[in-house]
Amino acid sequence: MKFQSYPVAAYLAGKPTKTRIDIMIKKISLFIVLLALISVAAGAAVNTLVLDGSTTVGPLAKTFAAYFTKKYGVRVTVSESGSGNGAKSLINGSCTIATMSRAMKAAEIAAARQKGVNPVATIVALDGLAMVVHPANPVRSLTKAQISSIYRGAITNWREVGGPNTRIVVIQRESNSGTEESFKELVIGKGVPVTGSAETQSSNGSVKSRVSTTLSAIGFLGHGFVDGSVKVIAVNGVLPTVAAVKSGIYPVSRPLYFYTNGQPSGVVKQFVDLPKSAEGKRMITELGFINR
Amino acid sequence: MAGESGGECNRTNAFVVSARKRTLQKIAKTAGEGMLFSVASFVAVIVLFIFYFVARDAVPFFQIRGFSEFFTSSNWYPADDPARFGAFAIIYGSLMVTFGSALIAVPMGVAAAICLSDILPFSIRQYAKPVIEMLAAIPSVAFGFFALVILAPLLQNNGGPLLMWAWWILVSPFMVLAVIVLSDLLTTKITDQERRQQLHIFFLILFGLLSVFLLFKVGTILYGIQILTGTNALNVSIILSFMALPTIVSVSEDALQAVGRDIREGSYALGATRAETIIKTVLPAGSSGILAAVILGIMRALGETMVVWMASGNSSQVPEPWFNYLQAIRTLTATIAGDMGEADQVTGSARFHVLFAMGLLLLVISFISNLVSERIVVRQRKILSGQ
Repeated sequence: MKFQSYPVAAYLAGKPTKTRIDIMIKKISLFIVLLALISVAAGAAVNTLVLDGSTTVGPLAKTFAAYFTKKYGVRVTVSESGSGNGAKSLINGSCTIATMSRAMKAAEIAAARQKGVNPVATIVALDGLAMVVHPANPVRSLTKAQISSIYRGAITNWREVGGPNTRIVVIQRESNSGTEESFKELVIGKGVPVTGSAETQSSNGSVKSRVSTTLSAIGFLGHGFVDGSVKVIAVNGVLPTVAAVKSGIYPVSRPLYFYTNGQPSGVVKQFVDLPKSAEGKRMITELGFINR
Repeated sequence: MAGESGGECNRTNAFVVSARKRTLQKIAKTAGEGMLFSVASFVAVIVLFIFYFVARDAVPFFQIRGFSEFFTSSNWYPADDPARFGAFAIIYGSLMVTFGSALIAVPMGVAAAICLSDILPFSIRQYAKPVIEMLAAIPSVAFGFFALVILAPLLQNNGGPLLMWAWWILVSPFMVLAVIVLSDLLTTKITDQERRQQLHIFFLILFGLLSVFLLFKVGTILYGIQILTGTNALNVSIILSFMALPTIVSVSEDALQAVGRDIREGSYALGATRAETIIKTVLPAGSSGILAAVILGIMRALGETMVVWMASGNSSQVPEPWFNYLQAIRTLTATIAGDMGEADQVTGSARFHVLFAMGLLLLVISFISNLVSERIVVRQRKILSGQ
């Protein structure tokens, strides 16, 4: 009777009476068994697609995912950790589809082969990289050479390109970003360093928020991220419109990719083929990307 | 009577421990001690492991690239071809924001601790301290968001006026104190009572006018400053100082409390005022604890990543001139966080190992400052107990 209030002591002392701790252990084990049963059942019923990679492709992948889940009942999870991380995830086998805003590099493909992964690219859509400035900035158009000079640090004042007399705040993306790599390749050229005073932001959203609040800033965004808070400037006199990107006149545009391990089949193929369907095309246009 | 004897019997029974129980107790004791020991040693082993694994991946970088580029060059182009790994500007940026945040947080934190422990009544302190400690519970990403979305545009649009107001609010109390103390000191030697009073008033007015002039002159200069980019070292320093404050306040307040009532009362008994008691008795007695608090706060600022990554601008440059807090900088922590994703073993090994070199550098810096503070604390304790 004394032990009633100390179930642990009673248990240790080997009391034969049924104490609270016994009941508790029984309840807990029952709960665990139930949980295991439920999770096994859930795992068997639904197979999931895991997408990881570019923040540019992110909104598109999410919209596709919502549509796909509704239509086929397949659960799709989307992470946005940068194109480089997407490639890494695919190589490590931690995602089914890597979303990338640049093509895989030779080193990445070699690393994938080494691990027995065969990356296959599917082009989802086209994306123009919009050069953006603060809405109050009077500059309307820059040449590709001028933009390159700004990012290399050769031009540091807006006065030199027909703007007000203020220093230019150059905003780029971090080295993890496919958008950054595309921009470097398309505008500055490979292996040419960006000026050390360039600020680095980690996503399209934070570039937009910095440019929209900084009078003398210049940055680049995926076309789908542009809204009224920033002003798009023309490159070589061409604005990144749908027609200009599609026909290739706009100089700073790139394809967006879904990378899969081997030729896509089954559910993965269904997902990767979404951009070809009318519904997929509608979603691409709605999000500000451009159909191929 | 019978009931009493029954009670006696029970009591003796309770004290007699059976052999089975005794072995059980022994087992429980050994198991409990063993578990506690293994947990404690596990923590120590974790520290060693972190050091070992970070160092293991950091050493190859120095083997490949040597030391001189990493520590002297400011060219940070890890993704370019050829890659360059000059981290001087990044190391400098880390030290810069740490120093800046310490400059703001240490005086404020220690002052707040003194206020909490010696000036505010107990009933208010009971509420004030938990509220200050709540600051520590705010996640760093929330601070970073605040810095990026609110503080940065504020600095850009109203940077000059903001700096002026900060200068006025922060400096004017010190100015008032300085004027009073200076004019007091300059007149203590004069024996003639009347002349002394006259001179005292003269000095008060003179220094008062001087300090007002200084306040306004510097204020107007600050007012005229146009901050080009709001994501800069100043922004980060301010936010980091907020994050270091709760640690500094809480730990140094505990240290001041630990000084004890008897020492304070001894000081009062000798005729000291409250200010004299605080400055000459309580602060020296609690100085080792305050120092520990300051080091903890500084470590918090040095190791913070999220805020810095979001709000420092991440430009790998030494500001021009070198003390300019209004330019974007880049820190070690933010670089590790930002570049880790791309830097896999497969895509160029120096690029991967350089981040570990940075991590090792951070570890070494915090290790050294911990050691130094430990030394100072021990010495301080010796001096105090020796007196």
